[in-house]
Amino acid sequence: MLEVKELHAYYGRSHILQGVNLKVARGEIVSLLGRNGVGRSTTCMTIMGLVPPHGSILYKGEEMAGLKPHQVARKGIGFVPEDRWIFPGLTVLQNLQLGQKRKKQAGRWTIDDVFKIFPRLGERSNVHGGLISGGEKQMLTICRTLMGDPDFIMIDEPTEGLAPQMVKQVGDLIEEIAGRGISVLLVEQKLSIALKISKRLYIMGHGKIVFEGTPNDIKNDQTIRKEWLEV
Amino acid sequence: MLEYVLFSLLNSLVLGMLLFMLSSGLTLIFSMMGVLNFAHASFYMLGAYFGYQISTWVGFWPALVIAPLLVGGLGALVERYGLRSLHKYGHVAELLFTVGLFYIIEESVNLIWGRNAVMYPIPKILDFPVFKLLGADVSAYRMFMLLISMGMFVGLYLVLTRTRIGLIIQAALTHPEGVNALGHNVPAVFMLVFGGGSALAGLAGVIGGIFLITEPAMAATLGPIVFVVIVVGGMGSLTGAFVASLLLAAIQTFAVGIEYSLTDLFALFGWRVDATGFFRDIWRIQLSHTGPILPYLFMVLMLMFRPKGLMGKRES
Repeated sequence: MLEVKELHAYYGRSHILQGVNLKVARGEIVSLLGRNGVGRSTTCMTIMGLVPPHGSILYKGEEMAGLKPHQVARKGIGFVPEDRWIFPGLTVLQNLQLGQKRKKQAGRWTIDDVFKIFPRLGERSNVHGGLISGGEKQMLTICRTLMGDPDFIMIDEPTEGLAPQMVKQVGDLIEEIAGRGISVLLVEQKLSIALKISKRLYIMGHGKIVFEGTPNDIKNDQTIRKEWLEV
Repeated sequence: MLEYVLFSLLNSLVLGMLLFMLSSGLTLIFSMMGVLNFAHASFYMLGAYFGYQISTWVGFWPALVIAPLLVGGLGALVERYGLRSLHKYGHVAELLFTVGLFYIIEESVNLIWGRNAVMYPIPKILDFPVFKLLGADVSAYRMFMLLISMGMFVGLYLVLTRTRIGLIIQAALTHPEGVNALGHNVPAVFMLVFGGGSALAGLAGVIGGIFLITEPAMAATLGPIVFVVIVVGGMGSLTGAFVASLLLAAIQTFAVGIEYSLTDLFALFGWRVDATGFFRDIWRIQLSHTGPILPYLFMVLMLMFRPKGLMGKRES
């Protein structure tokens, strides 16, 4: 589904991504782990075209590097940013509607689906995005991206700042997304959720992938955890 | 006194709505693209000159439609082939580009239409008193201006709140990169907003050029006031621009008719000022003479005490 080869990215003169290589197969949940500042979010931003990429990003066999962000999105790649980017002046419903690339887009997710999974969003459908809670914002931003019917979705730090019950809900939603055949690249700091729902994991350090394996590989390798994940 | 208040209110409304036609586009462009467009009032001037020229060929009514469309098209081209290519060099480069554009448009107008004002008369069909207010005539053209600007206000409101493109514009005001990542072509939306804002300025020029005067200095005359409007209203706030337009127009209009000085004000409290001292000229200045500087004074005070403006959301 997605194959990233020798991906480099820069912020001004800072060389942030220094040759990232990773793969995500259809319907697979893959986690990208690592400490703050190692380039996990930049990897997502670069795949999305929000940071100029140097290297190759193959999606369904087609080169994405060089496309504009809206063109990347229209190819079927979705991105849930860490900052959520909720539009504060628009209502919850309008935020969701903007997730659709065209008016009345028919996809795997409908607004009714979203309101069934998260009744709270349904109850607050006419409330402005700027006035809902952090947890509701997180649900809204994931669901808004789903409204665009992506085949591959990158979710950046979805559980950051959320209460434990909300974290579980986010985990369930990600599994539901994968269950509908959508590939997921999950950027996480919380090892527990990543180990629970991922099929494979990558660990980033110093702008490149330093480890690739399964949840069991990480559970059994204390050295890797100590060197690249623990603070 | 009642006559003065009523006529000042009417004139404030006409001038305020004209200012809003200009400031709405400018504030949307600034909020969305971060570009402080110094050439915005130049599009207003182009609207007036295009309106004048097209009127001489095919009459006022076709000019009212064609001139704003031409100005809007020109604005879209400026965004697509000028500002967009400069974006990577930052906002200073964009700002300097619009300053240069301001002078290019002004000199081009000088070259084509000359340095003197052109005769851009009120269309005959609107050149009559529509009603009498306390014995004085109110011209049909003034009411027509009010109608057009109100129509534009309602139209803009409906587009921004009831249409999908309006939602995309509203969303891009806060997170353009987020809108882009959802699959919407934000650069095209920028071009549309820049073109639309220029077209509104052009429309203001077509009707304002008749009401005020159509001359090469008209952009330089009105441009600074439009900046005052968006600073006072709050950068990026359409509602703020609307309130500030009406407020500043009222301040200027009412000040013109007030023949009181600081000496008169102090006299109310029984104080007498020194008529021979160093500040004697300042005590005697009448409020009517300070009309042109009042908006700028208001802006300076606003920046000192409430830098985000009346309804703005950001401090810088």
